[in-house]
Amino acid sequence: MSRLFMFEKPLGMRDTLPELYEAKDRVRSAIEKEMKQWGFRFIETPALEYYETVGSASAILDQQLFKLLDQQGHTLVLRPDMTAPIARLAASKLFKDEVPLRLAYSANVYRAQQREGGRPAEFEQIGVECIGDDSVSADGEMIALAISALKKAGLQQFQLSVGHVGFVKELFVQILGTEDRARELTKFLYEKNYVGYREHVKSLPLSSIDSQRLLAFLELRGGPEVIGKASELVENGKGKDALDELKQLWDVIDDFGESGKIKFDLTIVSHMSYYTGILFEVYAGMVGFPIGNGGRYDQLLEKFGKSTGATGFAIRIDRLLESLSSLGQPAPVTCILFSTERRKEAFQLAAERREDGEQVVLQDISAVRNLDACSNAYSDVVFLVGKEGAR
Amino acid sequence: MNGQQLTIAMPKGRIFDEAVELLRNAGFDLPPEFDDSRKLIIDVEEENFRFILAKPMDVATYVEHGVADLGIAGKDVLLEEERDVYELLDLKISGCYLAVAGLPDTKMNDVAPKIATKYPNIAAAYFREQGEQVEIIKLNGSIELAPLIGLADRIVDIVSTGRTLKENGLVEYETITTVTSRLIVNPVSYRIKDERISELIKRLNDVI
Repeated sequence: MSRLFMFEKPLGMRDTLPELYEAKDRVRSAIEKEMKQWGFRFIETPALEYYETVGSASAILDQQLFKLLDQQGHTLVLRPDMTAPIARLAASKLFKDEVPLRLAYSANVYRAQQREGGRPAEFEQIGVECIGDDSVSADGEMIALAISALKKAGLQQFQLSVGHVGFVKELFVQILGTEDRARELTKFLYEKNYVGYREHVKSLPLSSIDSQRLLAFLELRGGPEVIGKASELVENGKGKDALDELKQLWDVIDDFGESGKIKFDLTIVSHMSYYTGILFEVYAGMVGFPIGNGGRYDQLLEKFGKSTGATGFAIRIDRLLESLSSLGQPAPVTCILFSTERRKEAFQLAAERREDGEQVVLQDISAVRNLDACSNAYSDVVFLVGKEGAR
Repeated sequence: MNGQQLTIAMPKGRIFDEAVELLRNAGFDLPPEFDDSRKLIIDVEEENFRFILAKPMDVATYVEHGVADLGIAGKDVLLEEERDVYELLDLKISGCYLAVAGLPDTKMNDVAPKIATKYPNIAAAYFREQGEQVEIIKLNGSIELAPLIGLADRIVDIVSTGRTLKENGLVEYETITTVTSRLIVNPVSYRIKDERISELIKRLNDVI
């Protein structure tokens, strides 16, 4: 390994400079406010968790986890997502009396980079979890809140694609007979390899009707008409139930007045293997990666000892910022340059202006080496130097 | 003008001509200077396309990061790079295959067999599946040299006619997989520009 220069940071780690910090802060506050107004309460959990518990429940690939050892020799992980820690907390403490629990967070999560930069290894997610509510209304609430929060953050053009992992699983098992064979085919969906999917389907000893059903599955993308097409592919039972849920979901979102923002895409399967039902991804133009995702995870809490349904979503602040056309104007800052003679006057003026909500810097002029550069750094400069009244 | 602009990453070199021909067959109106331009970015306003010309190995990278909506990339590149992109169509052009080759009648070193290749990930995965632990030596071209001068026991490389191997006195031992060019799409573009992309796929599908 080559010797590190003093300015270097680990791969994927980034500094946040004032302009970006302020832009992030504005976006975060807008979204936080919206989530609070929908009755979600913010919580924090530790950055470090046990590998055996949260680490293994989190569904992030093992090689993407940052691991370290504590003094007893337990393996720890830097939390790779927030859903698993919240499931731990809800199952062990907060979820009581079967009252649906609405929690929110904004926190940094950590996922190690395997080979190159261009993607952060530490990034902020802001999201919510609704625990103990297995109604489609809750799924709809997640999507409606995501839409509303993104609008409040200033994002104009975006789209949500909604799928259902239960439908995919049921359709594949119905046609292929066993869960193993269904998993094998699903792998092509995870890998987004449709060429391989079609080749695999053609190589299977299936009736031509069944092959056609599997090939037609890849085309299940679009508006509410997709549900009708999908229902021709699947037999009665759990697959149809899943489609019923999606149909109800459409009506729920329609009642929220936001069905224009969503499309169905039944080919979506997530690398987050804990999803069990409705799931969705959020896309915005100008950014090549989804800016958020969410869905129902009805079995995750069971791993932590409490069996109940849950759903939620997370938005990536970094990608959201990338997709916003403007980062907004930084607030103006006034600089009061003072000399010792008028120090008290300067302090009083600063206090008054701060009281009015302005941002004010107090700068002793004797410490300023380059007056022009200093003046240019602020939106307004007030000199309180020399004798009283002189300027 | 057709709605949103589509940016398509094209591989320079071997695959380029066949890819251009395929697009023309599908009825896309590409200007004649397209073929011998040295520009790296070519806008085709009639079709509302922007083409970027990239190294074949880099096409999937541009598409993954979303700076190109679509791309044409060899299956070899997709296997080696494992980028998070949709592989939507087998264009069935530039057919060739990945093979293991070496000097005739030789065995691999028992202790530490060495494999020279431009495709370290594919080579490592292939030999692992064969139950063999090998040492990979990454080269950037003229891979055939490696066994000739004793750098490696075997090479893993693309073979189209087999002439280069033959002229250098090498023989193929195993075929790893066949390779053709694929149409790849960025996951976000696939959803946001779905109508234009579906139309493009349909037109290409008709001429493959």
